[in-house]
Amino acid sequence: MLNLQEGAGECNQAMAAVIETIGLSKTYRTGFWKRKKGKALESLTLSVEEGEVFGFLGPNGAGKTTTLKLLMRIIRPTSGEASILGYSIGHPHVYSQVGYLPEQPYFYDYLTAEELLSYLGRLSGVPSKHLASRVTDLLKRAGLFEARSLQLRKFSKGMLQRIGLAQAVINDPKVLFLDEPFSGLDPIGRRELREMIQQLNRQGVTIFFSSHILSDLESLCNRYAILHQGRLLDSGKLEEALDRESQTIEVVAGGVRKEEALCLEDLVQDMTQIGDRVRFLVPREAGLTRIVETVERAGGKILTIHPVRPSLEEVFFRRIRVPSAAPSAISSAGMSGS
Amino acid sequence: MKVLWIAGNTFRENIRDKVLYNLVTVAFLLVGGALLLGELSIGYEMKIIIDIGMASVSLTGVLIAVFIGISLVQKEIEKRTIYNIVSKPVSRHQFLLGKFLGLLFTLAVNVSLMVMAIFAALIYLNGRWDWSFLNILPATLLIFMELVLVTALSLFFSSFSTPVLSAVFTLSLWVAGHFNNDFLSFAKLSKSPVAEFTCRLLYYLLPNFSNFDSNAAPTAIQQAGYLQTPEPVVLLAAFAYGSLYTVLLLAAAAGIFERRDFK
Ligand SMILES: Nc1ncnc2c1ncn2[C@@H]1O[C@H](COP(=O)(O)OP(=O)(O)OP(=O)(O)O)[C@@H](O)[C@H]1O
Ligand SMILES: [Mg+2]
Repeated sequence: MLNLQEGAGECNQAMAAVIETIGLSKTYRTGFWKRKKGKALESLTLSVEEGEVFGFLGPNGAGKTTTLKLLMRIIRPTSGEASILGYSIGHPHVYSQVGYLPEQPYFYDYLTAEELLSYLGRLSGVPSKHLASRVTDLLKRAGLFEARSLQLRKFSKGMLQRIGLAQAVINDPKVLFLDEPFSGLDPIGRRELREMIQQLNRQGVTIFFSSHILSDLESLCNRYAILHQGRLLDSGKLEEALDRESQTIEVVAGGVRKEEALCLEDLVQDMTQIGDRVRFLVPREAGLTRIVETVERAGGKILTIHPVRPSLEEVFFRRIRVPSAAPSAISSAGMSGS
Repeated sequence: MKVLWIAGNTFRENIRDKVLYNLVTVAFLLVGGALLLGELSIGYEMKIIIDIGMASVSLTGVLIAVFIGISLVQKEIEKRTIYNIVSKPVSRHQFLLGKFLGLLFTLAVNVSLMVMAIFAALIYLNGRWDWSFLNILPATLLIFMELVLVTALSLFFSSFSTPVLSAVFTLSLWVAGHFNNDFLSFAKLSKSPVAEFTCRLLYYLLPNFSNFDSNAAPTAIQQAGYLQTPEPVVLLAAFAYGSLYTVLLLAAAAGIFERRDFK
């Protein structure tokens, strides 16, 4: 905590890292005497560069929200330090350039949408003369203009999410932290949010967000990190990770039967008959030539050969499944990028 | 400036809170009741109005200070609305101070409204305005100072304990604080040095609410009953004492608050 206050990194400006954590840890003490310890986050070292859209992944309870709360000063770290835009997070003024959407945001029941945005805008340091037009603009963009005079107690979950997003960008932040931004949104809202993220990113805003919806992440982020049980399992460029994972090649042959190709069984990962075609999954190293030969000898024809690119989902599950049991599997898959 | 926005929002919350209206209604009923009672006790009408009026200003004020005071910050943590405040360029101290000032503003409005009601009742009884009515104002200020201290106490306790415990602590100290001078008398009477020391310690440590309606000499509030002007020294001493105690409590609360996790 001391580290945090005294601020490593007041002069870190030279580094391009917009968000940086060094050994950030949080141990919750629970139980009556506060004796039970639960490690929610263990020594997270991470850096996010300017202009990145950074996807923060992990199963329930992995520590994603904990990380964001630490960065937003809602909870205090047990150890470690963090900086945003080169300033230690102990400096309140950095937050005039930061936007944050909490997980399942909740706001004052008794305020209307308009009042809430004005209030939070003022606290974020939006100049008074711009405030009214900014609020109206955001209400329109969030699709809440009709509901501007409705008290927030009457808002639906998705509407709260929308107003949460609106307040997060009210100060034109340089860095945006979103904790599960897609939750509670309908398909239209989801698409709008995706467009909003892309647009903000084009304007140079660095975006750090956690999500369970991997397909959304895949189409948005350029870098990712996977957190599991409070520990960083993997992080790096999304493209590289997906290419790295594409170790298998799919070969589809026509005019052959599975039985005729049984001699290949030791060579291929998987063999499936689809109609009059057979689909082989071949590990990259394995000899493609033997498969081609065998197929042709049986009078068949090779239809397609192409490397299989996994989805982020597959990368995710591969990392999560055997995280502690087989550390070698992880390192062989390349523990790079952090 | 941000402190004032936070205070303003706290005031707005209090105003829109139905609980407050109930308390204020009760207070006005009390003043109304006093009017009726006054009709029955010929010759003492004014005194009864002022006594009951002042008592209701004080009582409703303390209830507001305690019950809104203990949940002032706790509610924001419980409902997670604090997430959107501390993640803005606002320090925790500013937040705490803003919440405190907001409630004080609510209390000030409440006290002023009730004083207006008392004036109205006095005019009704007297048939016309009399400048001597203004002599109830110093007593009102003393009550307000007492409310400031009660608010600081609730905020201090709620910075580390649960709302229910905070209410219990604050209310017990408020009651005990009114008998604070008795601790000094006990200390003087006591034969055992330990008991004497304890009593003296309590006397100095506990908030001395009797400063605000001191049993010593005719008190400001008693004087107000007869529409007399109180001693300025009594007023000044009470203000200095109340402010110092409040500042210390707030500093302690801020220190504790700074280290806390908000869930
Ligand atoms: N206030 C708290 N007190 C004690 N333990 C907590 C507290 N908050 C979180 N935890 C624990 O910390 C761990 C990480 O929780 P966190 O909320 O960061 O997970 P998450 O990755 O955001 O999960 P989800 O995807 O479900 O939102 C969990 O094991 C949780 O039980
Ligand atoms: Mg979470």
